[in-house]
Amino acid sequence: MIKFTLNGRLVETDAPPTARLLDLIRDEFTLIGTKEGCGEGECGACSVFVNNHLQNSCLIPIGSIDGTDVITIEGIMESEQFKILDESYSSAGGVQCGYCIPGMVMASAALLSKNPHPSEAEIREGISGNLCRCTGYNMIVDAINLAAKKGDGLWQKK
Amino acid sequence: MNLKDISTSVPKKDHSGKVSGQLAYISDVKVENMVYGVLVRSPIAYGKIKSIQLPNFPEGYEAVGAEQIPGPNVVKIIQEDQPIFANEWVNYIGEPILMLVGKELDILYRLLNEVKIEFDELQAIYTLDDAIQQKSAPGVTMASYEFGENLDVISTIEQGAHKIIEEEYSTGYQEHVYLEPQGMLGIYKDDEIVVQGSMQCLYYIKNALISALACGDDEVRVVQSPTGGGFGGKEEFPSMMACHVAVAANAVKKSVMLVFDRSEDMVVTTKRHPAKIKYRTAIDEEGNILSMCVDVFLDGGANAGLSSVVLQRALLNSAGVYKIPHFHAKGYVLKTNTVPNGAFRGFGAPQSFAGIESHIGHISKLSKLDPLDYKRKYLVKQGDPTITKGQFRDPILMEDMIEDLLNASDFKSKKGEFQRFNQQNLRYKKGIGTSLFLHGCGFTGSGERDHIKATVKLVKSRDDKVLLKISNSDMGQGIYTTLSKIVAQALDLPFDRVLYPDPDTKEVPDSGPTVASRTTMIVGKLLERAAKKLKAQWQPGVEQEVVENYVHREMIPWDEKTFTGDAYPAYSWGVNIVEVEVDTLTGNVKLEKVYANYEVGKVIDDRIMKGQIDGGLAQGLAYGYLEKMTSKEGRIQQKSISDYGPPTSMDVVSIESKVFDNPYADGPYGAKGAGELTLIGGAPAVQAAIEDALQTSFQQIPITPEVIIESL
Ligand code: FES
Ligand code: FES
Repeated sequence: MIKFTLNGRLVETDAPPTARLLDLIRDEFTLIGTKEGCGEGECGACSVFVNNHLQNSCLIPIGSIDGTDVITIEGIMESEQFKILDESYSSAGGVQCGYCIPGMVMASAALLSKNPHPSEAEIREGISGNLCRCTGYNMIVDAINLAAKKGDGLWQKK
Repeated sequence: MNLKDISTSVPKKDHSGKVSGQLAYISDVKVENMVYGVLVRSPIAYGKIKSIQLPNFPEGYEAVGAEQIPGPNVVKIIQEDQPIFANEWVNYIGEPILMLVGKELDILYRLLNEVKIEFDELQAIYTLDDAIQQKSAPGVTMASYEFGENLDVISTIEQGAHKIIEEEYSTGYQEHVYLEPQGMLGIYKDDEIVVQGSMQCLYYIKNALISALACGDDEVRVVQSPTGGGFGGKEEFPSMMACHVAVAANAVKKSVMLVFDRSEDMVVTTKRHPAKIKYRTAIDEEGNILSMCVDVFLDGGANAGLSSVVLQRALLNSAGVYKIPHFHAKGYVLKTNTVPNGAFRGFGAPQSFAGIESHIGHISKLSKLDPLDYKRKYLVKQGDPTITKGQFRDPILMEDMIEDLLNASDFKSKKGEFQRFNQQNLRYKKGIGTSLFLHGCGFTGSGERDHIKATVKLVKSRDDKVLLKISNSDMGQGIYTTLSKIVAQALDLPFDRVLYPDPDTKEVPDSGPTVASRTTMIVGKLLERAAKKLKAQWQPGVEQEVVENYVHREMIPWDEKTFTGDAYPAYSWGVNIVEVEVDTLTGNVKLEKVYANYEVGKVIDDRIMKGQIDGGLAQGLAYGYLEKMTSKEGRIQQKSISDYGPPTSMDVVSIESKVFDNPYADGPYGAKGAGELTLIGGAPAVQAAIEDALQTSFQQIPITPEVIIESL
């Protein structure tokens, strides 16, 4: 039995320890915001926070998350930070097909909480593990820039 | 909605669900009584199936194959050469033979390994070069066209020419890497099969299903799920998956889900056709072009699919944006025993533009003339004939666009600056290059009139909301927003009172596939007309319906046989300038700056257009130097995203772009096509920039570090 915190709630599962965190989140807990783009740690569509670190959930066997704190996009959806990111992605035009976007938003939040005033190069670096095939990234970079400005002072708040 | 300028951006209709991830793509869907399907695929490139031995299936697991197809065993596309399940011959590695269905994917994968198939393996054709050698052998040439100046005339010209310049140019595969892998669900119901999934063309699928299931129009229904990127990859390919899940659902009387993982998607789905293009150009002493012959060879892969249409577009663009005297072209789609190639944003044009921009650039350099000056000398003008004896009817703004971009990029002083830099630097070399291009909007020739015959419907509800009833897919390009905006503007109705639900063939007429940069221009225009009609008859509080059908504006009629006439109703235009820095030690190319000017009639939404520019250019640039896919003895070698190498945020730089207004009478608010255009100029501009940096010439894309190192 593996126990961990998922979006602030203590949960447990009987799934085998080799099961992927991604599948557990999506199938057992029906949280669909975490997407699968590659299953090999190469696209970031499955990004979640494990103990506040941005991780690709497709590479994590659930045996390793016992006792940790896991947060998915659903876990940040109600936050002020998310609201700022949501608005910034909208006004910068960062969303096309949307499939990479929850992962991008997680990566954006991770970046800004570590570095609330990133340079363009730091933003590019911060989302370099997240593939987007539609936008060519520039409008996503703009969105993060905008979110940094709009959410000034908010990013390091817990 | 009463925008002073239609281009003013509005929030995207589907933004919230996408940003929160709560919008359900097909892999997020689960229905009652659902099983999974996995495909048994051919491990060999060409041969005959001798026997199939199935393992013992646990309860609830079974195999579905050709015998369970009620109709003909063919995926209906253009030519009927693609089986749903191979039952005798296999023609490429990865060709589907059977589908195994059952509840647990783990068990299905185990069973997949236990299926034993014996083949008589035969000698396959693996490469385009082999196919060119054997192009007269039966079945190798899947399509061919020839047109232009009489070859006797050309040979006389060549005899009197100062020089004949011959070049052979090749382009590689390009893989779509839409971030959402292909997925399709066949939902079993007593009286109908509903197929739902990631797709661009609902009625292509519906027609394929009616054929495969040999059923009536009301027994199948196709519903589009939110689609995580398409780029042409979800144009014809999903028809095959739809047949698989529908046949299986029909056979096992359960709902069947088929979702590819990334490596399966990369290995078995269609890609951009690799091409070989041969140029033979006669010039006089001053370097003027006297005549040009172009031969285009496309690697079609194992099935014809849409390849003949791709070849048409490749040929129609074989002279680029230039008026070339005494021009002749021919082209072939050749069969190889490799994964079938198909639609990809640009549809044959990116190969041709990469080739012709390269060739014209090389001719100018041989004649010691400035490439851009030389290209401008041959630029087509309004009223000029096209290479197929059609006409460029509308104003062409290319000269202004070029001039503007030269200024924006400070081109002249950059040239000098880079020369000095390169003299002083041994390892790093800087270069700047340009590309000039166009894109014919909509279907080739009379396709809209003869094949598509689009119909759109607007339905007004009692509470005075208006619904778009059309079969076009939003795959990220933003038509939920742009088409709704056209309707809201024409009706002068608030944007949020115009709704565009996910298309469902039970609800919507066939407004055509979501391809060929036709949606905004053709479907948008029909919607604009429908909206105006609805406005004229508007009765508050009453349910109303308006239908509009495509009307063809006759130009010079297109004749596919002689390859003459107006191939497109209108053209969109572009100019790109790219700056690179090449590391001569590693061969790595770094993009430094990208400038782009476009003309698409009228932009329907500035922000969405910018998204098309940035995204299209990222793909187009990468096609030129970054993305490399190869096949070895019929097997695709790049099975993962990182093996293949699409751009990350670190590879792309910010793009300075501008769009010129030039309203087109037959487009909604003057709009023409935009989505494909933005990809086309990327590769040729990158090539020109790398050549400028290294002062050399290349005959291929992608120009990878290996190619660069070898050239030094
Ligand atoms: S699905 Fe996990 S990184 Fe791509
Ligand atoms: S928006 Fe489509 S992959 Fe990023």
